[in-house]
Amino acid sequence: MYIYDEFDRALLADRVAEFRDQIARRLSGALTEDEFKPLRLMNGVYLQLHAYMLRVAIPYGSLSSDQLRTLAHVARRYDRGYGHFTTRQNIQFNWIKLQDMPEVLATLAQSHLHAMQTSGNCIRNVTSDQWAGVAPDEVEDPRVYAEILRQHSTMHPEFSFLPRKFKIAVTAAAQDRAAIRIHDIGLRLHRNAAGEAGFEVVVGGGLGRTPFIGKTIKSFLHKRDLLSYVEAILRVYNLYGRRDNIYKARIKILVHDLGAEAFAAAVENEWRAIRDGALVLDDAVIADIASRFRYPEYDILPDESEALAAERSSDRAFDLWYANSVAPHRMPGYAIVTLSLKPVGAPPGDATAEQMDAIADLADRYSSREIRVGHEQNLVLPHVRQRDLPALFRALDAIGVATANVGLVSDIIACPGLDYCSLANARSIPIAQELTRRFRNLEAARDIGRLHINISGCINACGHHHVGHIGILGVEKNGEEFYQITLGGRADEQAGLGTLLGPAVPYEQVADVIEDVVSAYVALRARPDELFIDTVRRVGVEPFKERVYAAH
Amino acid sequence: MTAPQERKLKIKGPVVITGNRLGDGAVVYRTQGRGWSTSLAEALVTTEAETATALLRDASANDIDAVGAYIAPVIVDGHEIRPGNLRERIRVAGPTFALPGSEAA
Amino acid sequence: MPLIKNARWIEDRYARIPDDAPVPDARALILSAGRLLAGARDILARRGPTGVIWPNDRDIGELVPYLDRLALIALVFPAFKDGRAYSQARALRERYGFRGELRATGDVLRDQFLFLHRAGFDAFEVRKPEDAKAFWDALQRYNVFYQPAADGAASALRRRLFPASTQNLAVTEPA
Repeated sequence: MYIYDEFDRALLADRVAEFRDQIARRLSGALTEDEFKPLRLMNGVYLQLHAYMLRVAIPYGSLSSDQLRTLAHVARRYDRGYGHFTTRQNIQFNWIKLQDMPEVLATLAQSHLHAMQTSGNCIRNVTSDQWAGVAPDEVEDPRVYAEILRQHSTMHPEFSFLPRKFKIAVTAAAQDRAAIRIHDIGLRLHRNAAGEAGFEVVVGGGLGRTPFIGKTIKSFLHKRDLLSYVEAILRVYNLYGRRDNIYKARIKILVHDLGAEAFAAAVENEWRAIRDGALVLDDAVIADIASRFRYPEYDILPDESEALAAERSSDRAFDLWYANSVAPHRMPGYAIVTLSLKPVGAPPGDATAEQMDAIADLADRYSSREIRVGHEQNLVLPHVRQRDLPALFRALDAIGVATANVGLVSDIIACPGLDYCSLANARSIPIAQELTRRFRNLEAARDIGRLHINISGCINACGHHHVGHIGILGVEKNGEEFYQITLGGRADEQAGLGTLLGPAVPYEQVADVIEDVVSAYVALRARPDELFIDTVRRVGVEPFKERVYAAH
Repeated sequence: MTAPQERKLKIKGPVVITGNRLGDGAVVYRTQGRGWSTSLAEALVTTEAETATALLRDASANDIDAVGAYIAPVIVDGHEIRPGNLRERIRVAGPTFALPGSEAA
Repeated sequence: MPLIKNARWIEDRYARIPDDAPVPDARALILSAGRLLAGARDILARRGPTGVIWPNDRDIGELVPYLDRLALIALVFPAFKDGRAYSQARALRERYGFRGELRATGDVLRDQFLFLHRAGFDAFEVRKPEDAKAFWDALQRYNVFYQPAADGAASALRRRLFPASTQNLAVTEPA
C-alpha cells in the first residue's frame, strides 16, 4: 500500500475543492455542458443511461481495508448498495447524483481515494498485476513504478488534452497478469543479460473499433529513463495523434500509420532532447517512493501444504476452492487468495456494501489489511497465512465470494453493457448470468479447464472481447440484440486477437452456442489437459464452426 | 454504431424528446409546456419529423435543466405511452436483472 | 477580448496585421506564420517588436532560427480540448529557451489557466470576461505539482527529497 504524504493529500484536497467549484458553476449555468463535460470526465463522472456514474480509481489495484470500507459507505449512502469492479482495476458506482459528487469525493479523499483522470482524454489509472509484491516470479514490485507514473501523469499540464484516452500498464512477472500488450503503453520490468532491471516498452496496444496488439519499441529501458521516455512518447502522440476522427485518435493508429520503427525513431528524437533533464529518475527518488509502500511484517512460517492435505481430503468444497482460488506466495507459509465475484447467476464483478465490509474485516484479520482488484473483475487477499486458509474459506463462502471458478468458463469478464451504458448496443450482463447458470457445475468447469470468456456490449470493447479465449460482442440488427463470437484471443504475454466464428447469433441462442463451442472443444482436444486456447491454436476455428453452426 | 443523438432523423412512428436531469441524472421527458418530467406519461409525443427536430432544438437550447437530449421512439397504445425500444425500456425500468443486494437477487 | 499578462488585465499593444496589409516599421505587430517566414529578414529588422501567430499543427522547429528576434509568439487552441499547443509552448520555453511573450489564443478558458501557465504561457487572450476576473484564483488553486514543467515549480518528487527548497512560481501576485 502506498501511504500518502502531505503533498499527495494537499493535491487531492485542492482537486476536490476545484471540482466542487466547477460543479457549482455548471449547476448555475456559468459553464455549458460542452465546457463542463471534459472537466467532469477528468473527475471520473460519466452520464449513463439512467444516471451519472462515478468511476473511482484504485491505483494499480491496491486497496487498504479502510478504503474498502469507505467504498462500502459510498455505495450504501449515495448509491444503491453495491459497486462494480472494472477491467481497469477501478470501481464504478452507477447511481450517484451530480449534486452529491462534492460530498462523495470529499469522503473518498479522507481515505486517500479519488476519481482523478479515470476518464477523459488524459492518462488514466496506471494498472498492474494484482499479485504485485507477492508473486513468486516477480523481478521487483511493479507498483513502485506504477505510483511514480501515477504521480507524473496526474494533472500533467501538457498532457491533459490528448487526442484520446491513454492507458498504461506495468508488469514485473514472467506471466503477464496486467495485459500490457493491449495498452497504449505497456511496461514489462525484467532483467537483462547483465542482470540489471529495466523495462521493455510496448506501445500502441488497444482494442475497440480497430484492435491492435502493442509493438515493442524499446527492448530495454533503464529505470532512470522511465519518465523521460514516457514523456517523449506522450509528446509525439500529443502533437501527431489524429484529432479529426475519434475512432482514429488513439496512439495505436499513429503507431500503425507511421510503422513501429518510424514511430520509435520519432520518440528517440524527442527523447534525446530531454533524457538528461529534469525527468531523470534517480535511485534516490525511486527509493523514496518505494519507502512509502507499506509491506506486511511477514512471519517466518513453514510451508503448510502437507498440513492442509487432511482438510482437503475431508472437505470436498474446500479442496475444490483450494485447487482453484489459492496461488503460491513468494513467502513460505503464505498464499495468495482470489475472491471470485462471479457467483452463479450474478452480474460479474459486482459486490454489495455488505460484502465489501465483510471482505475488509477479513482483510484485517487474514491479509494484513490489504485487498487487490484484478482486471478480470475479481478481488485478491494477497497476504494470507496458509494455516488460516480453512477458516478463511468458510468465511468467504458465507459471503458468497468463494465460488471455485477463478479462471474457468464461468469466470466471465463483462462490461456493464446496455443495462447501464449509453454507448452500448446490446446487453452483456444477462448473457454472462445465463452462462454462469449453464456452467454452474464446478467439477465440469474444472474438467473444461482454464477458459476466459469476455463480453462487450459494443465495439468500444470495455469487456476486452477481442482478447478473450471466447469473445462475445453485442451488436444491434434491426432493433434486436445479436452477438458476434470470436475464438482464440489472448491478453497475456502471448497476446493476440480472436478470430470470428461465424454469423452473429441472436440473444436467445448465445448460451446454447457457447455450450456447443465448449462441447466442440472437449471433443477436439488432444488430451484432457490441453487448454481450450491451445486446442483453438492447434486446429483453428473451422472445426468449431462446423460443429456449432451445424447444430443451429 | 452511433448513439441516438448522432443518427440522421428518420421518424417511423411516434417519438418523444428525452434526456437526463442535470442535478441527479434522472431520465426525463420533454413536456407540452416546454418543461421536463420524469414520467413518460407526461411526454409530448409527435409523429412529424419536422416537429421532432424543432422540439429537440428547443429542448437543447439551454442545458441547465436537462442534458444530452435526443429523440426516442415510443409506442402509443390507446392513452398509454410506452418506451419504443429496449434502450428506452431500460431507461424507464432500470437494468433487466435484479440489482445486487436487492431481495430478488 | 481581455488580455491577461503576468496575471494583470492589460491593453493589448500588438496589432494583428492581415497578410495583404503593409507592415509598418514602428508598431508592435502580430503576423501570420506564412507572412513572417516569407519576409523574416526584413520584418525582424523593423524597429517595432514582432510577433507571430503559429498554427497548432505546424512544427515550431521552423521558428527556431527567429526566436532571438521575435518578441511574441501566439499559439492557438482551436478548441480547448485540442491540446497540441501545450507541447509547442513547452518546447519553446524549455527546449529552445524562448524568453519573449508566449500568448495563448483561441478557446482559452478559466479551467485551463493553470495548465497553460505551467506549460509556459505568460499571456492569455481570454474568451470570457468573467474568466479573466478569476485568473489569479485559478493559478492559486494548487501549490503541489507532481511533475516539472515550464513554470519552474519544484515537483513533489524533488520537494520530498529536498524539503528546504522553495517553490519558484513564475507569476507573482499583482500589486
